Amino acid sequence: MNSEKLEIAGEKFDSRLFVGTGKFSSGETLSQVIEYTGTEMVTVAMKRANIGDESRDSILPYIQKSGVRILPNTSGVRDAKEAVFVARMAREALETNWLKLEIHPDPKYLMPDPVETLLATEELAKEGFIILPYCHADPVLCKKLEDAGASAVMPLGSAIGSNRGLDSREFLRIIIEQASLPVIIDAGIGRPSHAAEAMEMGASAVLVNTALAVSGDPLKMATAFKDAVRSGHTAFVAGIGSESSTAQPTSPLTSFLS
Amino acid sequence: MTTYNEYFSSVKWNVISEKLSSITRNQVAQAINREGRGGLEDFTALLSPIAASEFLEPMARLSHSLTQKRFGKAIRLFAPLYLSNECNNVCDYCGFSLGNKIVRKTLNQAELLREAGILKKMGFDHILLVTGESTRKVGLDYINQSLSTLRPYFSNLSIEVQPLQQEEYAVLQSSGLHAVLVYQETYNQESYAQHHLKGKKSNFEWRLATPDRLGKAGVHKIGLGCLFGLTKDWRADAFFAGHHMDYLQRKYWRTQYSMSFPRLRPCAGEIPPEVSLADRDLVQLICAFRIFNHELEISISTRESSELRDHLLPLGVTTMSAGSKTNPGGYGEDESLEQFEISDSRSVSEVSLQLQQSGYDVVWKDWDQSYDQSNSYALSDDSVQCSIEKPDLSIAG
Repeated sequence: MNSEKLEIAGEKFDSRLFVGTGKFSSGETLSQVIEYTGTEMVTVAMKRANIGDESRDSILPYIQKSGVRILPNTSGVRDAKEAVFVARMAREALETNWLKLEIHPDPKYLMPDPVETLLATEELAKEGFIILPYCHADPVLCKKLEDAGASAVMPLGSAIGSNRGLDSREFLRIIIEQASLPVIIDAGIGRPSHAAEAMEMGASAVLVNTALAVSGDPLKMATAFKDAVRSGHTAFVAGIGSESSTAQPTSPLTSFLS
Repeated sequence: MTTYNEYFSSVKWNVISEKLSSITRNQVAQAINREGRGGLEDFTALLSPIAASEFLEPMARLSHSLTQKRFGKAIRLFAPLYLSNECNNVCDYCGFSLGNKIVRKTLNQAELLREAGILKKMGFDHILLVTGESTRKVGLDYINQSLSTLRPYFSNLSIEVQPLQQEEYAVLQSSGLHAVLVYQETYNQESYAQHHLKGKKSNFEWRLATPDRLGKAGVHKIGLGCLFGLTKDWRADAFFAGHHMDYLQRKYWRTQYSMSFPRLRPCAGEIPPEVSLADRDLVQLICAFRIFNHELEISISTRESSELRDHLLPLGVTTMSAGSKTNPGGYGEDESLEQFEISDSRSVSEVSLQLQQSGYDVVWKDWDQSYDQSNSYALSDDSVQCSIEKPDLSIAG
């Protein structure tokens, strides 16, 4: 996963920053944020998409205008069955078989349902979808999603919209270590340093929404995230020296042997 | 199966009332510092008189930031559509009350489509259907028929009607029902009895157990609220609304919740409010509920003035009605009597422009019918429906 370009399902991306679209103050701001982040992948909730009435849609027309890839998501569904329906609707309406699969039956913390997510991935893979499932930072689940036909996995850093950063750090490390698919860290990334940390760990990409949308200056923040993702990834590729909790003596104790 | 009623009867009104007045500064400060994570303890502190007099500004700031974090810079708009002012209840604060000599009107399906056409042209995609409580005139069949009639035109349909049975809610869901609003009006039983004199609504317990029936039926969203002005100790009333919601959220954890804060407005056959809830009190309520429940939908109606609504917006509000008419046929300018007076009489386009100028994206659509399809269709390729066949609404408008 340390090639310069991100590759998902055979498609290559220069940017490793995905942008979520739900919370911006206007379509104009969103479209500028897309430009400033340099993102090439933007998610949109199907429940917000106003297919056929663009005058009432402050998201979709602005993404379409920018020419980036639209990644429809199933946010709002409660189980695999509902997710499969929304996925089919998204494919038909937006003419894409790419899908961010999100199943969170709990409207409080929006925690992803691992069982239903796995079931839906199995079903949708059979139907030819390119699936990027949002899931817990659960290493076994991520391997199972891989086996079920996902094209990437999107484990959470912390709860959606929490801005808490990588609470799941230790498990993300295991997921990245074991993955043979791109690992995109989704949810909880509240500041550029969180994004940089994820990239330094070897994540393939990160997804950011709230931190951009509710910033005092979304455009400046867009640039900050773009830089953070890039430098975090560059550092990972360069190879980061391991940390040590003890000082390394300049005169090693075993130097007499040489 | 237990309902909220058992929990409710285990908490005494007087105890809560006294607790609210004995809250200390430290308790409020702690509730703010831990962003309400202390649950009902913190909620009580935030509703207290000492919170009002000394902590309103820090509460407002926290409420604002929590709301933005969760909901972003976006406000959802919806419109109420009054289907009928027929009502078998006698309630001393409501314009639809049985004894009131007003022109009674129930929209037929053609009239309903005409109203729907007007709302559609205004841009609305989320509609709240409202009736009085008359099982004979506006019973299950009528509500079901109305939902079916409107379903092809709107993404999201909610109702505010008489409390129904669990099985009846399930029937309505298959016709496109998304959410149900059922306000307890007041959690004080004596006051409830005093204001709800006759009819089914006078049954406090039946109404109180309604959200449980909704939760069991699997309705997507349940709206709760008190009518402030009915009961003197509004802080205690608000506590019970929060207590009720807390119970429901633990039990029906897949369900979303919304809270409204209607204040008693003048209407036909009016009674002077027992207490008038000041703007300052309303601000405290909104902030206390937001800090208590970060993901709660908070709705403000056109009962409130345009100026106040603009000020309340950043404090925690997520949802608003606009351009509302509260009489059946009102959008087509029927003269039948309204349920309560509208205070914010701006047009929808004025409201949406004001929202945009205040830095908010106006969300017209936040649901899609495809989300409900799996309830009634098997998983097979030929069941995919992107758009439902429907007649042109212009023939109705």
